[in-house]
Amino acid sequence: MRRVVGICLVFVLSLACLSSSEALDKKEIKLANGLTVIHVQRTALPVVVASMLIKASPLYESADKPGTAYIASSMLMEGTTSRTGLDISSAIEFMGASLGASTNSDFTTISLSALKKDADRAFGIFSDVVMNPSFPEADLLRKKRILKGSLLQKEEDHSYVAQKRFMKELFGAEHPYGRLVSGSAEDIDKITRADIEEYHRQKYRPDQAILSVVGDISHEELLDLVKKYFSKWQPKTKDVVNNPIAAIKPLASAIAVGIDKKTTQATIIFGHPGISRSNPDYYAVSVMNYILGGGGFASRLMDVVREKRGLTYGIYSSFSAHKEPGAFSISVQTKNESADEVLSIIKSEMQRIRKEQVSDAELADAKSFMTGSFPRRFETTSRIADFLVAAKFYDLPEDYIEKYSSYINSVTKQEILRVARKYLSDENYLVVIAGDRSKMKLRNMQFFKDLK
Amino acid sequence: MKRAAVLFISFLVALLSTDVSAQNFPVTEQTLANGLRIIIIEDHKSPLATFQIWYKVGSRNEPEGKKGISHLLEHMMFKGTKKYGPKEFSNIIQRNGGMDNAFTSKDYTVYYQNMSSDRLYLSVELESDRMKNLLLDPKELESERNVVLEERRQRYENDPQALIYEDVISTAFKAHSYRDPVIGWPSTIRAITKEDLSDYYSVFYSPSNAFIVVAGDVEPAKVIGIIKEKFENISAAVKSPVFSTAVEPQQEGPKKIYLRKEAELPYVVMAFHAPSFPHPDSFALDLLSVVLSGGKSARFYQNLVRTQAVALNEFASYNPLYSDPYLFMVGGTASKGVAAETLADALWTEIKKLGSGLISETELQKAKNQIEASFIFAQDSNYSKALYAGMFERLGSWRLSEKYLEGIRKVTAADLQSAAKKYLTEDNSTTGILIPVKEVRK
Repeated sequence: MRRVVGICLVFVLSLACLSSSEALDKKEIKLANGLTVIHVQRTALPVVVASMLIKASPLYESADKPGTAYIASSMLMEGTTSRTGLDISSAIEFMGASLGASTNSDFTTISLSALKKDADRAFGIFSDVVMNPSFPEADLLRKKRILKGSLLQKEEDHSYVAQKRFMKELFGAEHPYGRLVSGSAEDIDKITRADIEEYHRQKYRPDQAILSVVGDISHEELLDLVKKYFSKWQPKTKDVVNNPIAAIKPLASAIAVGIDKKTTQATIIFGHPGISRSNPDYYAVSVMNYILGGGGFASRLMDVVREKRGLTYGIYSSFSAHKEPGAFSISVQTKNESADEVLSIIKSEMQRIRKEQVSDAELADAKSFMTGSFPRRFETTSRIADFLVAAKFYDLPEDYIEKYSSYINSVTKQEILRVARKYLSDENYLVVIAGDRSKMKLRNMQFFKDLK
Repeated sequence: MKRAAVLFISFLVALLSTDVSAQNFPVTEQTLANGLRIIIIEDHKSPLATFQIWYKVGSRNEPEGKKGISHLLEHMMFKGTKKYGPKEFSNIIQRNGGMDNAFTSKDYTVYYQNMSSDRLYLSVELESDRMKNLLLDPKELESERNVVLEERRQRYENDPQALIYEDVISTAFKAHSYRDPVIGWPSTIRAITKEDLSDYYSVFYSPSNAFIVVAGDVEPAKVIGIIKEKFENISAAVKSPVFSTAVEPQQEGPKKIYLRKEAELPYVVMAFHAPSFPHPDSFALDLLSVVLSGGKSARFYQNLVRTQAVALNEFASYNPLYSDPYLFMVGGTASKGVAAETLADALWTEIKKLGSGLISETELQKAKNQIEASFIFAQDSNYSKALYAGMFERLGSWRLSEKYLEGIRKVTAADLQSAAKKYLTEDNSTTGILIPVKEVRK
């Protein structure tokens, strides 16, 4: 394959790139128990996709029990008060359907895909795992063992090791974004069945949840299903108690962290604190980032580091614009011997975008990609379902889809320079390098003398 | 590639077993005088389309000493023609809101763009241009060769599981060119010259060795019109491509290999030679892979991960759509403290069970339902619709896809048992074991 899948690009743009040409015909209702339900009917295929967003993540868990949200969601499919884990997976798989939960740094989603003919049965199981998980002790032990094993195996991946270290150094262990979403092996050991049960009791509540249902299902059919399966769901506690989020300490200098690994390639992650999704400069920052390193082959970093110098298979920059300000980072892998050269290029591109305005052509190209690629964000049923719940979670305006092009098209070169100066730094940053120190020849990099 | 590949392959395998026309998306086909075939699948649900051009060339066609040339040429296809300089291809597509990419497999090389259907003419213009006018600039070649070497380091050399996976395939085949990795070896990537690329391009990048698949919100007559206009005057290659790879002889005893590498956990991969579609056993083999690894209720997860706790993860993969017989593969990562041999034994126990008894009708039906449903889900995107049509077209005709689901539906529990007995045997197996070592750093 010619390209690294542009994970950063996709991530950064996923909430941004929605089309003005094609507003979704969505209907939103609120059940008596407070559950928000968003519906889009699409009849091209006989399938129904549902996505349930729960405010359960590192943001909404206690700092002394990291991983609780993640383990709670991963246990939903392991059994309910009326079904064993095997009952659940057998029934879902017999229908050729899929049901799964995932937790990221901001929220948890439980996702269902089923054929239309199985929608009722599948919804019955979907609602059961959300509302009535039983967290069997034996399955929890098993899950913890598998999870710890997977964390261990991930250590074989140097880019994972570098990324984990980068987040830890940048945010600190006391900040939710500085920890592993799953918790570390030690964190996982500390979590008990009682912790998860209590967590579920507090956080899995209809008045805080968002459900999207997309596919070949009419509004009446949907109302019947939702009433049948979710109307009995009630909050089990009075108030949602959220923990205060620690403030991020800004970086006061350049910090370098080296991880010595016997590999042929070095992984470099360069960055500093970024912005939140609600930042009013989000759109200007998105356009700026596209030009710097978010735009794949259209970006400056890819042009210089890959196209002109052949130093990498891929280099990307991204702003993780989460609920809270996330990281700005540039990630790249290059042979150990080229690490120094790549770092110099990163530094000079950071300086350049903060020093001078981007060209008219760069700005026009970025805008035309961001607005023109917008309809593709809605191509599949599950993409629509995921978008609907995330848009609600991040409080995007109701007319977001219609307005998106105007948000992007109103960004000017002056604004890009302003946000580059405001949100990028070529002086106060963190660099994590995982690679073979003996081959990296980093001595010329003055800031790298502190290699630990 | 491996972990991603495993997921990708099992996904494919399920989807592959499908019938492109089952959802009644109208298909139009035409062959131009120069041999270029065109397949158009209409889906008007949103104003989008995918354009794919498939060249019937992959690593299987490569000469000794030049392994990786198909993939390096794929990279060079983005480095400019007389009319459009390096980078321009992707820039034009992105400027128009599209995304473009390409991939090389053992059997084919595919270039594609996903975009608004009203911009399809751009794909036609740009792809027709690089089918005949590629520059192969020497300076660009040196730079891109380094990019490919970086790609190899990133995807194989720094991933111990990917390395042993690659080794198992190379060991399973002793004669057929499927033994070589698509990306090539560092020495062969370095040995490819501009002349090699140029010759390879002139033989294989010919309209008679290619076909186009378009899927999405398009009007077939109009699309065929613009394709004709740009591609009709490209003449077929003077030299016809010659495919002369060896037929893999029957394996007559187990093969076993080891890799010692810095890693955290042991990892086991096993490969069995297996026929490809339309061989009558291909349907049973596809279902066997689902019975073993089609989700959390499947046998590997239930027995190896959940009950015995010998594996952290597991897989069974079989892609029936190779041009020649390929491999049925299984494997997994051992749990902490579990020896690779213990996991290998547990995998064998599950495999042998398939040959020693009939699976229940419910279990068989579950596997069939999973294959049928995943096919329907795959119809949700233009890209995957075109991809599956293309994979069948590579084997002769997109219409062959219609036979697949038919074949799957007819399989009985007895068919599964006899396929397991016939192919999943010790004498037909190649086992690879990753032995983790911890580097002692000075």
